[in-house]
Amino acid sequence: MVTRLREMATGEQAPPGPFRRGFWRSPLRGPWLTSVFGLLLLVGVTILFATGLLSYAAYNPELAGNDLTPGHGLFGSYLFDWPTRPSWLYRVTQGTHVLLGLVLIPVLLAKLWSVIPKLFDWPPVRTPAQAIERASLLLLVGGAVFEFVTGLLNIQYWYVFPGSFYTLHFYGGWVFIGAFAAHVTIKLPTMTRALRSRSLRVELRTDTAHTQPEPPDPDDLVSPDPAQATVSRRGVLGLVGAGSLALFALTVGQSLGGFWRGTALLAPRAQDPGTGPNGFQINKTALSAGVTDSAQDDRWRLELLGGDSGMSLSRDELLALPQHTADLPIACVEGWSTEPQTWTGVPLRDLAATAGVSSPQSVFVESLDDGTFGSTSLRGNQVLDGDSLLALQVNGADLSVDHGFPARVIVPNNPGVHNTKWVTRLTFEV
Amino acid sequence: MRRFADLYGASPLHLLAMLASVALAGYAALELFSSEPILVLVWFVGAAIGHDLVLLPLYALVDMALVRSSRRRRVDEVTARAVPWVNYVRVPLLVSGLLLLVYFPSILRLSSGYETTTNLSADPYLGRWLLVSGVVFVASAAAYALRLRRSAPG
Repeated sequence: MVTRLREMATGEQAPPGPFRRGFWRSPLRGPWLTSVFGLLLLVGVTILFATGLLSYAAYNPELAGNDLTPGHGLFGSYLFDWPTRPSWLYRVTQGTHVLLGLVLIPVLLAKLWSVIPKLFDWPPVRTPAQAIERASLLLLVGGAVFEFVTGLLNIQYWYVFPGSFYTLHFYGGWVFIGAFAAHVTIKLPTMTRALRSRSLRVELRTDTAHTQPEPPDPDDLVSPDPAQATVSRRGVLGLVGAGSLALFALTVGQSLGGFWRGTALLAPRAQDPGTGPNGFQINKTALSAGVTDSAQDDRWRLELLGGDSGMSLSRDELLALPQHTADLPIACVEGWSTEPQTWTGVPLRDLAATAGVSSPQSVFVESLDDGTFGSTSLRGNQVLDGDSLLALQVNGADLSVDHGFPARVIVPNNPGVHNTKWVTRLTFEV
Repeated sequence: MRRFADLYGASPLHLLAMLASVALAGYAALELFSSEPILVLVWFVGAAIGHDLVLLPLYALVDMALVRSSRRRRVDEVTARAVPWVNYVRVPLLVSGLLLLVYFPSILRLSSGYETTTNLSADPYLGRWLLVSGVVFVASAAAYALRLRRSAPG
């Protein structure tokens, strides 16, 4: 017994079960297959990270009331003034972020499956290098799963994670990407070598009967005692592809809108909430914001502040001002979006001029909704774009209460939640 | 250089990459853990454990059972050997399972705020998932029938 324990501790004899290499018998595990998934993730995660950074910039977090991650420090050092053109940009980048995240889930699962024997390496630690690398792998795997899970839960409105989604997904993303970059740095030569070791074209022509294990590799991914193949490598790649395709096909419609929305059978925004001019997607209803009554109160006035002056305008007075019409989509951080809707209202830059601030640095927008994102700031470039409106009507009809009656902000290329509804006060900052 | 590699177990670049990654993670973690440190840690480590020690063993066991039963059954030695059925169950099972894994909060109606927030009904998702799963299984069965027919003697 004592001898057995000593043997285990020194690594001469691994404990039974998954710690012994012979436990893992899939004939498909090997550096080539792992590297194919690794390459797909390398490209995919890079795009996810880039679109994630863009989304953070799109929120203009340096402006008052916008930042849910005020401790961002160096992570905000790349920020730039988010443009208003092209008006569909955020719709595309954020739709891509969410859709690509979903499509990569089967790839991530396959990649993790392909390297699972390494989790049970025996002895657990041989060198300092291996110890620190294993710690970093906890950040990598924990970080990856954490990011995918928080994202998935957020787009399905199941807020069970411990804290604000923005905080968790943002800082979690940075933890993950650091471990990811280190992993890529260390493994890139291995990946390149492994990808060159076999021809993709040949693999795609090899059926199950002719599927042989890869030759033994220094990382011990290849089983020492492989079972007979029940599926080819082509089959595994096809299976992962089928999973990704199914997720894509059942989700993409919520970002395309129109006819395609109906095809997104499982996506959170697969149906239209109604018909008619106001029948398009609602980010957050008046009921859930608790503004159903206050939004329909006749005493509603828009307060306009700027410089030293201040005034208040009724809805009729706003309607009497010169109106402008613009076709703009609503695009949400959750990945769904609408086709462009036709908005009519008073240009924000006209309101800025009325308030006595012809070229504002920003405007602070306050809403009857006092929840998260009830009050937000828009930057000067957003105020001055001619299509940025305090909208009063949409698609030829008055705004519905759910779409922001009596008045709402709509700005080209603005994240949906910053197109503030039920606006009560605009404060233009010089 | 040799000395370093012998002591450390890898090249200096390895150590550099590791230290940079840990430093970045530490910097981000200061903020990540600022409000609910214990719960966030549970979620972060739980994410890795949940995948590696729960989800993966679970689906591997199901797959193992499937492969074993496909080897045991000898309904028709000739056809069974010519056209193994195991992948015609595996593929639809995995696709259906994947859709459940990704969309279970919608399918099981776990969000209490979905309907009031969006003004959309949460009802259709369970039925739609069953429908998609059904279609995938039927398509796989049809593909198997076709294969059997093609490989039938004569």
